[in-house]
Amino acid sequence: MNFDFSDDQKQLRDEARRFLTEKCPPKAVRAVIDGKAPYDRELWKGLADMGFLGVAIPEAFGGSGAGHLELCVIAEEMGRALAPVPFSSTVYLAAEALLLAGSDAQKQKWLPAIAQGNAVGTLALFEGSGNPSPKAIKLTAANGVLNGTKKPVADGAIADFAIVAARTGSTGRDTDIALYLVDLTSEGVEAKALTSIDPSRNQAEISFKNVKAELLGAANEGWSILSQVLDRAAVLIGFEQVGGSDRALEMGRDYALDRIAFGRQIGSFQAVKHMLADMYVSATLARSNCYYGAWALSTNASELPEAAAAARISATQAFQHCSKNNIQVHGGMGFTWEFDCHLYYRRSNAVAVGLGSLSYWEDQLIERMRQKNAA
Amino acid sequence: MNFDDTPQEAAFRAEAKAWIAANAPKQYEDELKKAALGRIQLKSANILEVAKAWQKKKADAGWAVPHWPKDYGGRGASPIERVIWQQEEGVFGKLGALFIIGHGMCGPTMMAYAAEEHKRQYLPPLASGEKIWCQLFSEPAGGSDVAGLRTRAEKDGDDWVINGQKIWTSGAHYSDYGILITRTDPTVPKHKGLTMFFLDMKSPGVEVKPIKQANGQAEFNEVYFTDVRIPDAQRLGAVGDGWNVSLTTLMNERMAIGANVATGFPELFEFCNSLMLDDGPAIDDPAVRSRLANWAVRASGLRYTSFRAISALSRGERPGPENSIGKLVAGAMLQDIATYALDLQGAAGVLNGPEDAEVAGKFQAMLLRSPATRVEGGTDEILRNIIAERVLGLPGDIRVDKDVPFNKIPTKGR
Amino acid sequence: MNFDDTPQEAEFRAIARKWIDANAPKHLEAELTKPSAKRASEKRDAMLDVAKAWQKKKADAGWACLHWPKEYGGRGSTPIERVIWQQEEGVYDKLARPFAIGQGMCGPTVMAYASEDQKRKYLPPLASGEKVWCQLFSEPAGGSDVAGLRTRAEKDGDDWIVNGQKIWTSGAHYSDYGILITRTDPNVPKHKGLTMFFLDMKSEGVEVKPIKQANGMQEFNEVFFTNVRIPDSQRLGAVGDGWNVSLTTLMNERMSIGSRVATGFPELFEYCSNLMIEDGLAIDDPNVRSKLAGWAVKNSGLKYTSYRSISALSKGERPGPENSIGKLVSGMMMQDIAMFAADLQGASGALVGADAEAAGEFQATILGSPSMRIAGGTDEILRNIIAERVLGLPGDIRVDKDVPFNKVPTKGR
Repeated sequence: MNFDFSDDQKQLRDEARRFLTEKCPPKAVRAVIDGKAPYDRELWKGLADMGFLGVAIPEAFGGSGAGHLELCVIAEEMGRALAPVPFSSTVYLAAEALLLAGSDAQKQKWLPAIAQGNAVGTLALFEGSGNPSPKAIKLTAANGVLNGTKKPVADGAIADFAIVAARTGSTGRDTDIALYLVDLTSEGVEAKALTSIDPSRNQAEISFKNVKAELLGAANEGWSILSQVLDRAAVLIGFEQVGGSDRALEMGRDYALDRIAFGRQIGSFQAVKHMLADMYVSATLARSNCYYGAWALSTNASELPEAAAAARISATQAFQHCSKNNIQVHGGMGFTWEFDCHLYYRRSNAVAVGLGSLSYWEDQLIERMRQKNAA
Repeated sequence: MNFDDTPQEAAFRAEAKAWIAANAPKQYEDELKKAALGRIQLKSANILEVAKAWQKKKADAGWAVPHWPKDYGGRGASPIERVIWQQEEGVFGKLGALFIIGHGMCGPTMMAYAAEEHKRQYLPPLASGEKIWCQLFSEPAGGSDVAGLRTRAEKDGDDWVINGQKIWTSGAHYSDYGILITRTDPTVPKHKGLTMFFLDMKSPGVEVKPIKQANGQAEFNEVYFTDVRIPDAQRLGAVGDGWNVSLTTLMNERMAIGANVATGFPELFEFCNSLMLDDGPAIDDPAVRSRLANWAVRASGLRYTSFRAISALSRGERPGPENSIGKLVAGAMLQDIATYALDLQGAAGVLNGPEDAEVAGKFQAMLLRSPATRVEGGTDEILRNIIAERVLGLPGDIRVDKDVPFNKIPTKGR
Repeated sequence: MNFDDTPQEAEFRAIARKWIDANAPKHLEAELTKPSAKRASEKRDAMLDVAKAWQKKKADAGWACLHWPKEYGGRGSTPIERVIWQQEEGVYDKLARPFAIGQGMCGPTVMAYASEDQKRKYLPPLASGEKVWCQLFSEPAGGSDVAGLRTRAEKDGDDWIVNGQKIWTSGAHYSDYGILITRTDPNVPKHKGLTMFFLDMKSEGVEVKPIKQANGMQEFNEVFFTNVRIPDSQRLGAVGDGWNVSLTTLMNERMSIGSRVATGFPELFEYCSNLMIEDGLAIDDPNVRSKLAGWAVKNSGLKYTSYRSISALSKGERPGPENSIGKLVSGMMMQDIAMFAADLQGASGALVGADAEAAGEFQATILGSPSMRIAGGTDEILRNIIAERVLGLPGDIRVDKDVPFNKVPTKGR
């Protein structure tokens, strides 16, 4: 059994960590939070130069073709550094959708641009409150023309193109939903930035008024493609959450070692120690579940849907658990704007719902396990 | 990243698989599959005899305790081969429960501290299951605080004379030998006055009494020592060095990697899959799903954590104390899952036993046994300390008993 | 067992109700009834003037700090009358927030330790809200470990000269006075070298800086002291007895009974009752119901625990430290409830403010709730209080108890 990343992949992780430690310190995250820029353009360019944006994009489309395991280790570092760039929307959602369902021309147009850092993409799925569901999609597509509104769209106000989920019929079946590829500079597109619990990442509302768009994949397969994209993104975002969990745990551990109260390191009090041990347990379970998701993703295994849901739930729980108790270990100082604890707390709560919430994935996991069991 | 064996591992697995297929006691397979927590019983046969027979058969073919040296009854297998053997042995591994303490703890301690002739004399029959060993550490006065023990050993000529009481000794009533930690000097600080021995459990003055547990079973014993004589030749390690010797034993206890920890999740999933509620199958109910999903990811998280440890073994690395999470997570899960299964059964959840209760009383048995899982072999609190201290590097608890002579440490809280 | 007033209590309630009915600022009722996140934030500061006006009106009619003696601005009411007043005052009680620390903590300390002249001078305007007080205890080096404080006070003639820094001071920027605990002798063990004072917050050398919190708000301050002179006559208690004096203050902090703790449950229940999810109303979903029920019983458990305390007060008994459970339970509950509400909103749960569902009330709670588990006693300290003072378990082992303060380590590594 070799249920671990290879030495080369670990080296890539170290390289990504070194790069992000230098180029993406908390100061860089705060610059975006303070509204100095909608995202860190310089970092984005740097990620492209390092080859990180195209790591899972085949060479034929301008990437390095390394693969999804490599993307997983980079994702972990992106989460750890809270990188304020549209990485997840562009790389896990848009690029994955293109790779799964794009025509050769569509891939040629957008994938090299993504790899070079010249195009930001996203997925426009949600229409207000609620979880992924074909029923919730009201935006219409008729003869390649889109009308409707998407909200929230991650990185929607900075994206160059979006994969838009649209309704083409009203039979009540999944086949009513098609995916469209939309150049967001098209006429009739209007994006408005929204305020987010995690201002280090952009959120937007995008309205489409008679916007011409091209189909991505077969018209009746939109929902099926989308489900696959969400599963793949669940694993990748899971790694971001694992990276964030580990960092929050480390911050708490370090503070517990440094801080003295009642003449002792606060980490010598069992109340604090056991809180940190429990955070470690969550983070470890999440990491192991995500490794399994990584294996399923990289081998296109039939276990992917179940593995992705487990990775998603476990990683969401771990990141929320670690980030909230990191504040608790820090006490009042952890609740100041000045300390970085809240950056992780904000991110953990934003990513917890960004791809469909915990309740949604809980339901998905058990449904998928039941189907497997019945088969 | 893959789940494949290396060529050597695959060859070893094939050999193991073929031998097991030809030799395992298949007639008990179904019963063993269903056996969950606590002591295993077989309907049609005496478990002790079946287990001893299987162990002897394995020993004759060189499969007993594969990771021990050949000289002592093993086959010199690598750690990863040991794991592969466990995977292949599957449910028949449950028959090894009787020998776990002897093989997992007593054996390694003997191997590290006994004289060569003792090793050659005692280890092979321990490996083959012909002799069963128990471990005599816990005492009424020392639970998590193992070193708080009070059983006295006093030198008398070439012998030591033992007086005192041990508790929570698994299998003492059918054990042939035991390793025993005693206090030989109560005037020095507590970790410094201990000495380890091994002894014949049939020695005069040894009395074994079963403990009736909260769940009605009796898996453990109290063992009383009245003027029991042990030759000095059966001392393990130096006089006063018993604490260090015991650490060898305890470390081995926590190094069992790859063994599947029971979480109760597969049982609950199966139960919910077949249970009909008011509005349909339980598994379709959103509240049930939410609970199941939370336990599912903990069970899979543990499973893949052990896969990661196995992979480390396969690379020749030594997995660390992070494996303490297994029992910590699983213990609480068993209890919560059992409670929830009873909840789903409604008022019928109160019924117990294979005849009266739902699904043969599986969850009632789990509910009643699970509190012990959170205590035995390291309480939840001790395991959190291990994680906090040895994995995260946090300081140890402040100790008020460290430099105090043992006989000056208070013994009563109030 | 019943929920009825005794005849005396009923009479008191009728008088209070009548007066409130005739005098309360009813035009603010709707605004005050909203959960705080929904209240327009620009109105928060303007609220100070409104609050002062209402407090003054109450004082003039003898309804301010009613459990205080009359000569100090109160009405000499019994503890149960105080609770009845709070119940009747209802949402207008929220206006008293700027005075909570002064009347709840500073006032009792001044009452216990100041000279009679000072009490007659300072307490009535504190009761009437004309003067606002703050409490200067916490320091960067001493959070849960209050006695680890390092602000120095050195005697100079009839004055003391104070240098140092306080933190987490609510309302320091609009306070007129403060009570201040300082270290007057660093050579003795930490609890023994402390001395308490009160001071004019406009004194020379006092500088107040707001703290920006994790949720972006500014409710607290840092207060810096540079050669601030305090006359010895403003000392509260003996030199070196500051720790005992501070306990008077802190006990009063935890004695506020009957005031309702916010748990977030009523808001969540209302939200789920109206929210349409995919298959219908959220409240019809078994998973939502299971979660709601878990919180519902915690919420009602807290409510009825406070009723039991009120009944004890009514019988003239003194409720004990078991009231610490309120904040412990409600702090974690607020956080969990808010996260669940965001979960129900799906991806929109990441939005805040006007862009968010339900005016962002749950997101505001996600961001604000971590402080609920820390301020005024962390969850861990509250569990210690329950374990030690209610259950009688021993305290943590103290390594700093008999060590001179300047020998206690200050850095973990």
